[in-house]
Amino acid sequence: MSITDYIELIFTDYTLRTITLGTAVLGAICGMLGSFAVLRKQSLLGDAISHAALPGIAIAFLVTGTKNGNVLLVGALISGLVGAFWIRGITRNTHLKSDTALGIILSVFFGFGMLLLTFIQKQPNANQAGLDKYLFGQAATLMEKDVMMMSIVMGICLIVLFVFWKEFKLLLFDADYTKTLGFNIQFLDILITSFIVLAIVLGLQTVGVVLMSAMLLAPAAAARQWTNSLGMMVFLAAIFGAFSGVFGTWISASSNHLSTGPVIVLVASVFVLFSFVFSPSRGLLFREIRFIQNRNDLELHKTLTFMYHIAMDHENRSHPHAIKILNNFHGFSRKSLRKLENKDWVKVEGQMWSLTEKGYYEAENLYNQLNQNQDD
Amino acid sequence: MTNAQIEIQLVASLVAIACAIPGTFLVLRKMALISDAISHSILPGIVIGFFLTHDLNSPWLIIFAALFGVITVVLVEFIQKTGLVKEDTAIGLVFPALFSIGVIMIAKNANDVHLDVDAVLLGELAFTPFDRLIMNEVDLGPKSLWVVGSILMMTLILLITFFKELKLSTFDVGLSSALGFSPVVIHYGLMTVASVTTVGAFDSVGAILVVALMIAPAATAYLLTDNLKKMIVLAILFGVFSAISGYWMAHFLDASIAGSMTTVLGILFLLVYLLAPNRGLFSVLYRQKQQRIEVSMLTFLLHLSNHNEEEERHVNHLREHINWQKVQAQSVLDLALKNNMISIDNEVVSLTRKGKEFTAEAIDYILDDKKAAIETMKSRFFLFRG
Repeated sequence: MSITDYIELIFTDYTLRTITLGTAVLGAICGMLGSFAVLRKQSLLGDAISHAALPGIAIAFLVTGTKNGNVLLVGALISGLVGAFWIRGITRNTHLKSDTALGIILSVFFGFGMLLLTFIQKQPNANQAGLDKYLFGQAATLMEKDVMMMSIVMGICLIVLFVFWKEFKLLLFDADYTKTLGFNIQFLDILITSFIVLAIVLGLQTVGVVLMSAMLLAPAAAARQWTNSLGMMVFLAAIFGAFSGVFGTWISASSNHLSTGPVIVLVASVFVLFSFVFSPSRGLLFREIRFIQNRNDLELHKTLTFMYHIAMDHENRSHPHAIKILNNFHGFSRKSLRKLENKDWVKVEGQMWSLTEKGYYEAENLYNQLNQNQDD
Repeated sequence: MTNAQIEIQLVASLVAIACAIPGTFLVLRKMALISDAISHSILPGIVIGFFLTHDLNSPWLIIFAALFGVITVVLVEFIQKTGLVKEDTAIGLVFPALFSIGVIMIAKNANDVHLDVDAVLLGELAFTPFDRLIMNEVDLGPKSLWVVGSILMMTLILLITFFKELKLSTFDVGLSSALGFSPVVIHYGLMTVASVTTVGAFDSVGAILVVALMIAPAATAYLLTDNLKKMIVLAILFGVFSAISGYWMAHFLDASIAGSMTTVLGILFLLVYLLAPNRGLFSVLYRQKQQRIEVSMLTFLLHLSNHNEEEERHVNHLREHINWQKVQAQSVLDLALKNNMISIDNEVVSLTRKGKEFTAEAIDYILDDKKAAIETMKSRFFLFRG
């Protein structure tokens, strides 16, 4: 299915439109909130909480006996919050580190959830089928009301972000200072954590427990490479998240046997990979190019300084010298000589080089700078 | 107990021991979540192995899966070295991507193979007795017993051989590399053991339980001891206990064995987290409260020693002056009285001789900024603690 077919289908096909919208909105929320998680070094919180939500779903089903999505989501939300705050408790009150705390909550809650799910399966009257869709996610089960719900949450999220923007920003970059200014960091912390938990719970039925953490992380990690400004990062992450959702849905819709969740995650990973390599200021490619450039510049300057030393010992600055002399010096190469010639710093005639007036001043400048730096 | 029941408990206990050993080091090295990442990202390895051999029990599956475990570690480290994102983000980016690839590979070929994600991720201990190793028509017991048993043997041999190196590189990377042990080799060695254990174990117990068995017993043990050997032994004990009691819990509830083992681990952790003698939540909170009162008392005694005039030392005035809640003021007064630091005469508080000595010494310490010495001073002067 080509992209034009897909766009046409979005307008005509109800299911596809709902799924596309749903994954796009989900991607945007996750991108926005994920930026905060990444910057607060809580990247794996998403992983832990998405696992921790499972027993809540099972308990909600056991207590109410319904498969109503909203009831189950409330259960997931509650157990996700319990997990998140227990993680905080463990890292705060014991010497266990956050990775251990995350790992314990993740595995223990999930295991408990599995216990409950298998227990439910053995119940005679249970219409439990479909509960396990939370494990791996099924975007196809998205309905219009789910999308509505996600949009409402996104709206609330945006409002809260706007209202507390300054506080959040301050909290991210200097928590202690925020405290001394008299802001209630506990409240801010709880607020942002609760929203992250909410986003995760919303995403569970679309991409599933295991892949939820990537939804939260990948767009934010990609966005981080393009900007140093928080506002821009949140915005870009939302865009990346939304596009991952749309492209992922498109790819999985164009081919049989491709579940949407993993494809969305892979699309998001491609965004990350691309950003890692091609971002202008931080990307690996440009970093490598800059590195090579710097090295070449340095070589060139070294050669020039060396020439300057030789020239200084002669009355006539432009007295020609044999190229062979430069062989003693490792920085010399034909390429660097040609570059120097192009800059009009050196004149090469046959096997002899001589420093031009311009080259001499350039070198003198450089040499003086070097000396000054050493004196400092 | 039937034979099958004994076998299940035996396999579960062996898995618990095999996981607890590398788990202890992972927790100490702050790499606990690597086990989570490995347990997910070996999926494509298993799928490739399965496509090549079409046999879920082939050793190739374990080899490919372990390979992907190591690939995960290498990738995480590579991303981390670029400095573009923090370590935890690197983990969070790598394993979902690899896992997604695995899921897609399964889904693409789901028509002609019998492999599904649930089976790989969730595992079922109850089936282990049915899959037996039979050689020359002699029944040698469940296959997973042999798999897990040999992994455990390997882990034990490595642990005993490299115990010193492991210990050193865990607690002091700098020293260990200065002494000539390569921390990189130890690191990758440990990662390989962790990923082989994960692979070998999750065939019988599932991915999530492997993570639980690696992290939870070690973390629980870490709350109880600082000694590495004791920590390993305790972690093993917790693991085995949860394996056996988890099995019986599952038996009575008629539910997943892996799930109940994890639940037992969770309950154990919760109990220790709340009740551990020095590091449990209750004792931490109690100690914090004790210290608050003792600091308050010190402030109070210093205030007294600064004021000779009677009106400054009246009980009610002190409450207003230092602005304490009534209850706290009372407990501070009681503590000071019990310790013979003050005497109250006609509602006017004055320092006793002992109180004066104590404050004089305390001022010295505070001026010298030797805060650590306050604790020993407290034990010399105090009859009762706050």
